Amino acid sequence: MTHHMTAVSFQKVSRHFGAVRAVDEVDLEIRPGEFFAMLGPSGSGKTTCLRLIAGFDQPTAGHIEIFGETAEGVPPYRRNVNTVFQDYALFPHLNVADNVAYGLMVRGVPRAERMREAASALELVKLPGYGARKPSQLSGGQRQRVALARALVNRPKVLLLDEPLGALDLKLREQMQEELKSLQKALGVTFVFVTHDQGEALSMADRIAVFSEGRVMQVGTPEEIYKRPRSRFVADFVGSSNVLPPDFVARHGGAVGWASLRPEAVRLSEHEGIGATIVSRSFLGASTRLSLMVGGQRLHATVPAGTSLPDDGSPVRLAFDRADLHLLDDQP
Amino acid sequence: MTMAATTVTMRPSRGGVFGHLSDVLWRNPRLTLFLMLTPPLLWLGIIYLGSLFALLLQSFFSIDEYSGLINREFTLKTYAELLHPSNLDIILRTLVMSATVTVGAAVVAFPIAYYAARYARGKWKALFYLGIMLPLWSSYLVKVYAWKLILAREGILNWLFAKAHLTWLLDAWLALPIVGGNSLSVSHTGTFLVFLYVWLPYMILPIQAALERVPANLVEASADLGASPRQTFTKVLLPLALPGVIAGSIFTFSLTMGDYIIPQIVGTSRRFIGQAVYAHQGTAGNIPLAAAFTVVPIVVMGFYLWFAKRRGAFDAV
Repeated sequence: MTHHMTAVSFQKVSRHFGAVRAVDEVDLEIRPGEFFAMLGPSGSGKTTCLRLIAGFDQPTAGHIEIFGETAEGVPPYRRNVNTVFQDYALFPHLNVADNVAYGLMVRGVPRAERMREAASALELVKLPGYGARKPSQLSGGQRQRVALARALVNRPKVLLLDEPLGALDLKLREQMQEELKSLQKALGVTFVFVTHDQGEALSMADRIAVFSEGRVMQVGTPEEIYKRPRSRFVADFVGSSNVLPPDFVARHGGAVGWASLRPEAVRLSEHEGIGATIVSRSFLGASTRLSLMVGGQRLHATVPAGTSLPDDGSPVRLAFDRADLHLLDDQP
Repeated sequence: MTMAATTVTMRPSRGGVFGHLSDVLWRNPRLTLFLMLTPPLLWLGIIYLGSLFALLLQSFFSIDEYSGLINREFTLKTYAELLHPSNLDIILRTLVMSATVTVGAAVVAFPIAYYAARYARGKWKALFYLGIMLPLWSSYLVKVYAWKLILAREGILNWLFAKAHLTWLLDAWLALPIVGGNSLSVSHTGTFLVFLYVWLPYMILPIQAALERVPANLVEASADLGASPRQTFTKVLLPLALPGVIAGSIFTFSLTMGDYIIPQIVGTSRRFIGQAVYAHQGTAGNIPLAAAFTVVPIVVMGFYLWFAKRRGAFDAV
């Protein structure tokens, strides 16, 4: 058997803070060169996992390998792993060029060479000529790019990104998502990206690990995670699915058991279908999200904008394909 | 609806002198500022700075050596007197002591301040503040006399050295020129220790305040980028804490330069600037020379700050 190299491997890794199990027996395999997202609500252990890879924190139990080498006990400054911090953590007393060149400076790279490297790293993140400015003179988006350049200039084997887009406004965030993705493709560096935004994880990652309460609930490609959530939590958290009880599922054509149903899989129909009542609606721009009542069961549906809808409280009929009713692996 | 109970939108003025005064002050922020700042500025300007200038003016007068009367003609004669070897000796001794105390205080204070800023939380932080401030609550004189007892030949420090079989070490230190003496309580080392003790809180608190403003993740970022702990300290922590260290050093340096009680009680018979000022303005009645001595710390501090600013000590503020 050929030895399958992994970029980062977690084997039954736990990190407990007193009674709090921030990370609880996590197994993970992050492949070289992939864009890996760790997705979960705050407090789910994703950031602690990132800190364990960076070396800021040590596991209470378990084993971590980075490119086949044991990571426990190795301080962060001896790991060829770099981090883009959530609030960027740029050094306020250094200008942009010195910030970017910091990693090279502490390794003793001569000034002329490291300034050249810093300049090209700044070009890579589309901030050429910003070297002389202080971080305080930059906008949030620019600081984020400097933080990225500062990490990438060291040519890390793994780049860790801790909610790097969280502080940016929507427009900038979408632009940075595309840029990060294409940068990762071009450089071929393994990116490990922590986010609580499921849209961000789905659109950027090659694979996603969904975290909840210190455990990994599911690992898979965005499509797998979205279409075939294994648990109620994943179904709920990724794309806010309808999680339906066994009696409802059985009544409407599925097997007996809890199942998930994507809101966009629910259609309104004129004549045939299940009788329901519109409870409320929220306008989302390209679509409208409806809250419906079917018997005693609440159900969400997303319909394209422009669909003519009766007033709240009106009866409607709805339909969905039986195939979209996805039975959950773990029955809550 | 419940809202209907309120029929008016704008309530009338609360009335009376204070009600109207509130409204007037609210509408005139400049007037408020003027009223607020005038009393303290008058105090600062007339009583504080004014008397300081009056004192400085004295340094340009001279004393008639025969009659002992003050000659109120402007002259630099008194300043020339500062350059007498005996006076220069006092100035130099004071400067070296101030600098040593400052460096010593910074070295001792930094780890304490770092712990307090980074790790102490809740009750430990309260305990830290209490521990730092507690010595400031008791009388300065009592503390200095207590130190005299601690440092005396029959004192607890000698006893401790004896118990640890280290008396030879203490004796060797006391045998050294300049820093040594008959016992710690009559040596420059003793003076240094008491200065260090008395001014330490003034160094710890500003450093702690400066470190408090350094985000913890900068230290992590530095390590993440490959910096060893030592590099993180010299390249990130120290530059960012420098304004605090400078602020603290202003306290320790100027307080040591001006003090006349500590070297009087603990130390050698050689005088410091404070003692010289005390002697000249008192028994000797030489106010001009006392004033000229007072100018020295002011000038030194001025140069010190100018130099610190030039070296970029305040860039991170």
